[in-house]
Amino acid sequence: MSAATLLAWGLGLAQGMLVLAVALAAWRTLRGPRAQDRVLGLDTVYLNGMLAIMVHGLRTGSGLAFEAALVVALLGFAATLALAKFLMQGEVIQ
Amino acid sequence: MTGADVPVWTACLVVVLALTGAGFSLVGAIGLVRLRTFYERVHAPTLGATLGMALIVAASILFFSVVEGRLVLRDLLIGVFLTVTTPVTLILLGRAATYRDRAEGNPDAPPDP
Repeated sequence: MSAATLLAWGLGLAQGMLVLAVALAAWRTLRGPRAQDRVLGLDTVYLNGMLAIMVHGLRTGSGLAFEAALVVALLGFAATLALAKFLMQGEVIQ
Repeated sequence: MTGADVPVWTACLVVVLALTGAGFSLVGAIGLVRLRTFYERVHAPTLGATLGMALIVAASILFFSVVEGRLVLRDLLIGVFLTVTTPVTLILLGRAATYRDRAEGNPDAPPDP
């Protein structure tokens, strides 16, 4: 088995597992039952999506996926922080 | 600069690291769906945020270091960033949930110290 075949199949499987993780987290986001569960699910969607982008970068061998993953990580942090603050006090900036 | 010109041992190691990391993230997501209360669920995704992320970052560092023939440490930036931010977001979320549950008199809330 050549290195390229191994990488294609192994990283494809890893990507599939991460997509399944995103789907499960999205189910929790849609289902709730409370607002904090939805925020936690959204944070997990961001995290696993970022990991899937990194594995995609490994599979295609391009360094461009790194920037996308970094931006997604930053956005996920900012979004979860703002939503948690909103749940706490009813407003994001006071 | 594709996966075609890396040696087999690198490919094996990268695949093992990425699969283990993805497996940890998947277990964390399954825990997010299966656990019963919010205070149990809040712990599950951290599995993917720490160990899963670290293993995939290690796979990325190894792969790009071998492909480019020099030490490529830029993926460490994501690792450091997530390690710093994950506890901050989860502590804030936990505090918000505790505040909401106590305000509503929900019996699931942790007792007031």
